Amino acid sequence: MEETDLRRLINNVKRGRLSRRGFVKRMAAVGIAAPIANQLLSLSGVAMAATPFDYKPTKRGGGGTLKVLWWQAPTLLNPHFATGTKDQDGSRIFYQPLAGWDADGNLIPQLAAEIPSLENGGVAKDGTSVTWKLKKGVKWHDGQPFTADDVVFNWAYASNPATAAVTSGSYTYNKAIKVDDYTVRVEFNKPTPFWADPFVGTNGMLIPKHIFEPFIGAKAHSAPANLKPVGTGPFKFKSFRPSEYVSGVINTDYYEPNKPYFDAIEMKGGGDATSAARAVLETAEYDYAWNLQVEWTVLKQLEKAGKGVIELISSANVEHIQLNNTDPNKVVDGQRSSLKAPHPTLTDPAVRQALSLLIDKDSVQKYIYGPEAVATPNYVNAPPRYYSKNTHWEFNIAKANEILDKAGYKKGSDGIRAKNGNKLKYVFQTSINGPRQKNQEIVKQACAKAGIDIVIKAIPASVFFSSDVGNPDTYPKFYADLQMYTTGSNYPDPWQWMQSFVSTQASQKSNNWEGRNITRWQSPAYDKLYAEAGNEMDPVKRTAMLIKLNDMVVDNVVVIPELHRMNVSAQVKNLVTRLSGWEDDMWDVASWYRNA
Amino acid sequence: MSRAYLFRRTLIAIPSLLGISAIIFSILAAAPGDPFGQLVTNPNVPPAVIAQLRASLGLNQPIYLRYFHWLIAMLHGQWGFSFTSRMDVATLIMQRLPVTLAVLGSAEVIAVLIAVPVGILAAVKPYSLFDQIANTFAYVGFALPTFFTGILAILLFSVRLHWLPFVFQDHVSGTGWVWIWKEVKQSIMPIMVLALFQGAPLVRFVRSSMLDVIRLDYVTTARAKGIGKRRVLMRHVVRNGLIPVVTLVALQLPGVFGGAIVTEQIFRVPGMGSLLISALLENDTPVIMAITFVFAILVIVFNLIADLLYGWLDPRINLR
Repeated sequence: MEETDLRRLINNVKRGRLSRRGFVKRMAAVGIAAPIANQLLSLSGVAMAATPFDYKPTKRGGGGTLKVLWWQAPTLLNPHFATGTKDQDGSRIFYQPLAGWDADGNLIPQLAAEIPSLENGGVAKDGTSVTWKLKKGVKWHDGQPFTADDVVFNWAYASNPATAAVTSGSYTYNKAIKVDDYTVRVEFNKPTPFWADPFVGTNGMLIPKHIFEPFIGAKAHSAPANLKPVGTGPFKFKSFRPSEYVSGVINTDYYEPNKPYFDAIEMKGGGDATSAARAVLETAEYDYAWNLQVEWTVLKQLEKAGKGVIELISSANVEHIQLNNTDPNKVVDGQRSSLKAPHPTLTDPAVRQALSLLIDKDSVQKYIYGPEAVATPNYVNAPPRYYSKNTHWEFNIAKANEILDKAGYKKGSDGIRAKNGNKLKYVFQTSINGPRQKNQEIVKQACAKAGIDIVIKAIPASVFFSSDVGNPDTYPKFYADLQMYTTGSNYPDPWQWMQSFVSTQASQKSNNWEGRNITRWQSPAYDKLYAEAGNEMDPVKRTAMLIKLNDMVVDNVVVIPELHRMNVSAQVKNLVTRLSGWEDDMWDVASWYRNA
Repeated sequence: MSRAYLFRRTLIAIPSLLGISAIIFSILAAAPGDPFGQLVTNPNVPPAVIAQLRASLGLNQPIYLRYFHWLIAMLHGQWGFSFTSRMDVATLIMQRLPVTLAVLGSAEVIAVLIAVPVGILAAVKPYSLFDQIANTFAYVGFALPTFFTGILAILLFSVRLHWLPFVFQDHVSGTGWVWIWKEVKQSIMPIMVLALFQGAPLVRFVRSSMLDVIRLDYVTTARAKGIGKRRVLMRHVVRNGLIPVVTLVALQLPGVFGGAIVTEQIFRVPGMGSLLISALLENDTPVIMAITFVFAILVIVFNLIADLLYGWLDPRINLR
């Protein structure tokens, strides 16, 4: 669907000629899922009507204890220092942001009274500010009122470099200003089309000013409340043991009526993913188990016990293979894979094209990941409004051979193709992980049939994913020809994530390999479009630009996307949860309940 | 056994402990990764913040400086703060100690209580049916690792029979008998798995040690004097045969403190082993150092105790 068509339809909705539902249906017909369609409407100034969550309980409490199992456990309970999802999940039981994202990428108010938009005046037309109205009458767990001062304090706390908050990225290029006790304005340094970052979602959880004020800056890490949260959430803090156990009891002053249903919550940590799945699916000792990175066949077997169900939630994660644009075997200025040494063969479009034809994504999905992942041609897979329809993929060994023949790569006596003395022999690295090694094997076999020799290398995850400058085997160094791992945008807006292909972001010695562009692809056209998308306030245009960015990456085979991965969790049969791929699992635990 | 001996051993322990701590520290420092490894893959966290976080933990200092900081604090009785939870390491360890002692301690006690009589009886009538059965069990316990017996127990008692829970909870609700019953139910499996593992080698050890003694001339003499069979066994054989067993048990005791990494992981027992493994996974150096260092002290102390006990129980052995 072209941009003009989209615009016409949206205008029809605005003028009342087309119902929201009609619009959503039409979008569905062209492959744009309902949530995205809704998002398009809201971004274009049509009020957002998020699908209401069907919450059945008619009174607060009475649900007993909710027992959840995290096979990694929180180590501290301050969201500004959360080093992983486990810490964010532990914090989210007690702390809340102004708004959260539902599974479809819609903004749902939590501590905000309403979602700012262009037509309610919340979002400035030039995109330089957004004004949030806060819920009135919300109390912190110690009885103090929640006000705009708390919100502004969180900005000051997180943006202070001495605090070293991991959320600081969301509070650096903006400023929070108190308008009145229940109104806060966020001012951005430049037009910011994606304004829903500060105070929203995982990075937006708010901590109380009256408790944390003495601990701003360098003292932040010694605040006792880092381990004893006082929040606004549905449960009040009861006890915490790092890496093991978090518990909370019902907050009877919670601001949403009839919520929460459960009288208490227990989050138990430790063990491994498979036995966590077992404790929910087979024995129902626990109600919910998080992040089950377990082979599909095993999970399916456990589900047969009939006590629980597996939940699959779409996220932005994509398992993909990166092609190195620089030569990992040549040392220039004391580093391998230098921008000054282009890769002898992988920079050849023919070779890249051939490689992309040699990845049997269907087999990888069918035999390794099952429904936990879906084969995809795209790097950006979610939310669906950013899913490009212009790309496609195929597995075709004959065609790959043909392309390589035409490009002049001749098979030698060893069956490996070469041109000008450069053999098509590649080191393909990834982390040690059962499914990934099987995946490597599938790629190796297909490539062998096209005269490309793949040398498999598996690196312990703790090394591969580390930033250790002294270690040659980390993924940011990429001292190999090909590498594979999963990455994804944390936000339902992929712009920031797409910086991983911006030329100046190339991961090099000069930036301690902290640059986000791991493949070191250099494309002025991409850089230009990326910069433009960062300033584009028109949501429809911006969406089109982001899709175009994805297409450039896919068409040039900068990376070969393999599978769009799902978040996998398990829950007992009568439990009703509300999960979202854009949020912590605990983001709306207030709405969880048990069916009678 | 002299006071000088004790003094000398204690002096020798100091360089050993220093060496151990230096080695562990440098291995940890040389190992890849740090507590903020996860953040590196997150495009929303600026590198400057990660650098600042590292600096706040002193991770940007050279290794030898970090080691001396740690050593000086340790000498002052300060165990430092956990990198990940920023909690005092001593508090963290004290949280885990009671469960560890309860579970591993009972496993050790049960192992000893069962293994010693079984080993003795098996030695009294070697190659009898009882001996054969005891030996079979000992070999099974010896050969099967806890991750296998543990999962086997879970599949049988939790999944098949639904008798026992397999997730260990440190915070069991209820009071009085209900509470005790719940605690017992959840502890049976981990304790039994560990007891089998610890008890099996002990049975073999007791048996062979008894067999060594039972063949000695003084036992034959005692029998020839007409002393009752029972009395010969208890007063002459067991007393001497168990001397090496006492040493073995003394050497096993530090392990009770150190926790059982695998078993704790399987049953989610929040003990020292699981604390150590999660600290290792998160590169939480102060916690790892504290646990391993305390463990090293205990090993050295219990070695000394074992030596002293040995000399005390068997005067033929002369400690100098």
